[in-house]
Amino acid sequence: LLHAASAGLTDEQKEFQKVAFDFAANEMAPHRAEWDEKEIFPVETMRRAAQLGFGGIYVQPDVGGSGLSRLDTSIIFEALSTGCTSTTAYMSIHNMCAWMIDTFGSAEQRHKFCPELCTMDKFASYCLTEPGSGSDAASLLTSAKLMGDHYILNGSKAFISGGGDTDVYVVMCRTGGKGAKGISCLVVEKGTPGLGFGKKEKKVGWNSQPTRAVIFEDCAVPVANRLGHEGQGFSIAMKGLNGGRINIASCSLGAAHACVELARDHLTVRKQFGETLSSNQFLQFRLAEMATRLVASRLLVRQAAVALQEDRDDAVSLCSMAKLFATDECFTVRLTFQRSCLLIDLQSSNFLLAFLGHPIWTFCSNLALICSVSWLIPYTSLIDSGPL
Amino acid sequence: MSARVLVGVKRVIDYAVKIRVKPDNTGVVTDGVKHSMNPFCEIAVEEAVKLKEKKLIKEVVAVSCGPQQAQETIRTALAMGADRGIHVEVSGKDYDNLGPLQVSKILAALAKKEETSLIILGKQAIDDDCNQTGQMTAALLDWPQGTFASEVVLEGDKVKVIREIDGGLETVRLKMPAVITADLRLNTPRYATLPNIMKAKKKKIDVVKPGELGVDLTSHLEVLRVDEPPQRQAGMKVETVEELISRLKEAGRM
Repeated sequence: LLHAASAGLTDEQKEFQKVAFDFAANEMAPHRAEWDEKEIFPVETMRRAAQLGFGGIYVQPDVGGSGLSRLDTSIIFEALSTGCTSTTAYMSIHNMCAWMIDTFGSAEQRHKFCPELCTMDKFASYCLTEPGSGSDAASLLTSAKLMGDHYILNGSKAFISGGGDTDVYVVMCRTGGKGAKGISCLVVEKGTPGLGFGKKEKKVGWNSQPTRAVIFEDCAVPVANRLGHEGQGFSIAMKGLNGGRINIASCSLGAAHACVELARDHLTVRKQFGETLSSNQFLQFRLAEMATRLVASRLLVRQAAVALQEDRDDAVSLCSMAKLFATDECFTVRLTFQRSCLLIDLQSSNFLLAFLGHPIWTFCSNLALICSVSWLIPYTSLIDSGPL
Repeated sequence: MSARVLVGVKRVIDYAVKIRVKPDNTGVVTDGVKHSMNPFCEIAVEEAVKLKEKKLIKEVVAVSCGPQQAQETIRTALAMGADRGIHVEVSGKDYDNLGPLQVSKILAALAKKEETSLIILGKQAIDDDCNQTGQMTAALLDWPQGTFASEVVLEGDKVKVIREIDGGLETVRLKMPAVITADLRLNTPRYATLPNIMKAKKKKIDVVKPGELGVDLTSHLEVLRVDEPPQRQAGMKVETVEELISRLKEAGRM
């Protein structure tokens, strides 16, 4: 199983993967049940991960990042996810935000925000979704009215991972007219007057990161905090999400990997009807199917990562396909595990609950379908309105 | 302070793996099984790197004996902070028969060749549990040894080693050059960081053959058979103390 995960990797990538696996097994796995049960946001553990370079994996080294490729990143998140999927998923959002500032920020913005994000002295949240705009993200309503050298923000964002506990909010808001072209991206710091949070949402699983609404009431944000130019915000948001899709798919892979491992171990130990479950041909087939889904998903995710880092034309579609396929296939892996292995303990519950969320993140799977289809059959209307 | 430290690192089956005996009882299954650096060797590397960070020694050289895959283990040591590596190429039958005597001959030859002040090894490997290599190496070199170290302090041309022994803690002071073997509580090995892994790529690993070092690998041991430990037998519960005593007497235990 581990060989499959390392197949085709360079020696260096195998080293990255090894560190991530070790960190996951030693620093995350022993605590994930407690983090989930007590809804703990594991700040210290994540900072230790950041010391190893996991805070800004694909951020440039000159601002404290590790400067690695998308494929390297996918491998690392997949391995970390075997320790705690929920925490790794949050870390991937944090990384995505750090990358957005690194890539689209001015020199001042990069040096102001990125170093502290890479060390995780500060944590980040990505704010796009609103109560009225999920799939149709370009119709977002949070307004940002220019007054002198500040934008005044009004509106709210929904279901923001890390919301309330994080320090740096990357917010997509409307500075111009309707549609994608009227959206800009602002960096809002915690403590800014007018920035508030809703109550912590009660979730099934994914409890090691708080989810809250983020509310803006005449919140004044300096123009100097705008990433890129006015009207560029939607494009920045979508570009961030391409990587986000690979990252979340990678988290699914890690969780599925852990399930297949648990299943294999369980089948070789558990006895019923006088033999170990592993002698049962039906269960052997189920296990083989699980492993096949995992390997197929992994291949697609890693291909998508390579396409993205090479800036290929099919990158967006591949990222969408990878996310769609991996999250769904890995969900099936988890269900198969549940059907085959009657003893379910807290270990595996953690992974199940993570899977319930993954198909929704970074645009629900149906929208991911649309993104993939658009590549196959040019839909100019979709291109105009934005997801591409 | 031109001190050079040689650290031995052994590639072993990972501690978390469930070991299986080969069907022909000649050994354990190693094909396709996860391997990693022996945990006590990790502690040895960590101690050497810490000495270098304190600027008490100048260079840390990681050494491993084995086939091509031994270089993975050396790379891990480099990623932890070792400066360069030496891969002593041993494969096939020679590798199967490689034991503490052969390794200590190799280390002794390397120590002389590399002008070493300190050799730090793990106290034992988790596959064979021999706990001999450090001691043999010191004997071959006629160097003092501080084994089962839980603390190491450099003091000029001497090194103070606090050893964990059955009776408690023993403190010895060795005149360098010396051999130290690391025990569990000596330190907590660091994770390699992503930047260090990338830096490690540029560090050198020299490959040498035992013959070049004038070492004869002939083994004087022959493994006859490898078996699983006996299955644990069920115990039994008794109702009264009288029953316990009578059963113990029956079993000849009293």
